[in-house]
Amino acid sequence: MTANTAAPSSLQPDAMLPRPFRVASTAADTVDTVTLILEPEDGEGFHFAPGQFTMLYVFGVGEVPISVSGDPGTAETLVHTVRAVGAVTEAICRLTAGDRVGIRGPYGTGWPIREAEGKDVVVAAGGIGLAPVRPMLLTLLAGRHRFGAVSLVYGSRTPGDLLYVDELHSWRSRFDVEIEVTVDRAGSDWLGDVGVVTSLLPRIPFRPENTIAVVCGPEIMMRVTADEMILRGVSAASIYLSMERNMKCAVGFCGHCQFGPEFICRDGPVFAYERIRGRMRVPSL
Amino acid sequence: MSSKVLDRSDIGALFDALAGEGYRILGPTVRDNAIVYDRIDGEEDLPVGWTDIQDGGSYRLQRRDDNALFGYAVGQHSWKEMLFPPRTELFRVERSNATLRFVPTAVPEVRYAFIGVRACELAAIAIQDRVFLGSGAVDRTYQTARHEVFMVGVNCMVAGGTCFCVSMGTGPRCSDGYDLVLTEVIADHRHEFVLESGSDKGEDLLARMPGRPAGPDDHDQVDRTVARTASQMGRWMGNEGIKELLYDNLQHPRWEEVAKRCLACTNCTLVCPTCFCSTTEDSVSLDSAVATRSRRWDSCFTLDFSAVHGVPVRSTTKDRYRQWMTHKLASWYDQFGSSGCVGCGRCITWCPVGIDITEEVAAIRATQGVMA
Repeated sequence: MTANTAAPSSLQPDAMLPRPFRVASTAADTVDTVTLILEPEDGEGFHFAPGQFTMLYVFGVGEVPISVSGDPGTAETLVHTVRAVGAVTEAICRLTAGDRVGIRGPYGTGWPIREAEGKDVVVAAGGIGLAPVRPMLLTLLAGRHRFGAVSLVYGSRTPGDLLYVDELHSWRSRFDVEIEVTVDRAGSDWLGDVGVVTSLLPRIPFRPENTIAVVCGPEIMMRVTADEMILRGVSAASIYLSMERNMKCAVGFCGHCQFGPEFICRDGPVFAYERIRGRMRVPSL
Repeated sequence: MSSKVLDRSDIGALFDALAGEGYRILGPTVRDNAIVYDRIDGEEDLPVGWTDIQDGGSYRLQRRDDNALFGYAVGQHSWKEMLFPPRTELFRVERSNATLRFVPTAVPEVRYAFIGVRACELAAIAIQDRVFLGSGAVDRTYQTARHEVFMVGVNCMVAGGTCFCVSMGTGPRCSDGYDLVLTEVIADHRHEFVLESGSDKGEDLLARMPGRPAGPDDHDQVDRTVARTASQMGRWMGNEGIKELLYDNLQHPRWEEVAKRCLACTNCTLVCPTCFCSTTEDSVSLDSAVATRSRRWDSCFTLDFSAVHGVPVRSTTKDRYRQWMTHKLASWYDQFGSSGCVGCGRCITWCPVGIDITEEVAAIRATQGVMA
């Protein structure tokens, strides 16, 4: 067979061994979500493409896949925004400056930056889904002249669950990007929109035949948003989603992240909607 | 490549030669009323004179009326557990003054000789080679165990009641991936082994074996043995167009029906020689100074296998059986260029309720296009 059964090479990196990182700082975004700034301890920096993720290991607790949410222009630090939803993410959210973690990666496919050049870009995010698209937004804004109309539609459960609020305000003050925010429910002190993300789409500027859509959020939100974009004339090949599945290895060995024939870890997490649209309609695949 | 005929009384020379080269010899042996793979020191440790009677959910050893060394099919063990052990320590993390040091666990460098590897098992090893060595990242544990294996294949002289290698195109003749292959011949008061080499290592070893050169009659005997076994297959998989068949029938009512019988016990995935899924486990020393990360076999039949944020994607047995079977027989082609099934029949024999993967495929094929 063609597989490499030759003697193990001493140059072959151990796919499962993390690199040590130091927690430089942490900041609570919401009641259950924390943004951590991490620094590699081996002095080698950290390079990634927007949309990629790492495997983040906490001493003795475990390892989870987390999308990178920092600026791809900065190799000195690695930024993750993590919501406490299980044992490992709860431990991550309890970390403080000076703590150490392990990092493997980055892994997976990235958002379609080259494809988006010269086109209108619609970024749609739901909840914690804003974190994986933040590096994309930063890339779009840093190279603003390379793209057409750029917009973000963002929905969260309540005003208190909104991420990166200061950044949203500063982006909103720009004249070259459209930022629309909605929440599922709110008190009387909220004067913004209440409703689903798709209800914001009629308000934003894009030329359907010349648009790239970047969608990240709960699976149902991504599906509904993608279908709505298609109804508005955007092709399924121009809509990109970031899928999430259980993941143990991130290199195609553990089998956990399969979605039909795709391994989310290496064929994704970012997929063109065209490629996975049929399977997203099969329950519990 | 050359061939030789060894008398039964000379087969010990094979063990001596392998031991002399420092191989740890593993092969079939009888333990707890089953034929398992374990360390063996010589031919006397083989299941001499035993055969197995296999059917859905049933495995029994039975005495043969001769003293054949390889007169049985495959049991619940596969070579997977030598190359991809059920539990492997990956690394240790030493914590001091808040710093972490990641220390990869040394992989033992053992030179294995596998004795009695069947054609379906050679096919299974070739499949796991593609998973762990040939599709991007390289698995250190697998590669270390794998690269020096001396593979002694056996052309099956009997087929088991759940065997279907013929329909999967993987056997019963060993065609690739062995260093030596032997065919046991018991006829006309003769008890001999036809040995054929399949690699330079095998050729070297064969040259040092006693015995006479194999002639046309001996090769005919091998052909007849393999043909007889091929005619005895206990099962048949309708494998034609199977990928499209399963992809087109993800909502077929048969999944619901098989789920009523399936216990989601994970036996089929553990005995399967190609199933490769694993999970990780963490432990910490009592003084919190050292953490250990291990990998162990996992199964897509467990509820937490697919859990995201604590909520399983595949919450019902129907979802999980469909995942296992469509992965094995359909999406495997997209992922690794072949079926994930080699027709060994283990999943049928070791299923406690006797669910038969060939029967499930046939049932879907007979009523394809039906929607739940």
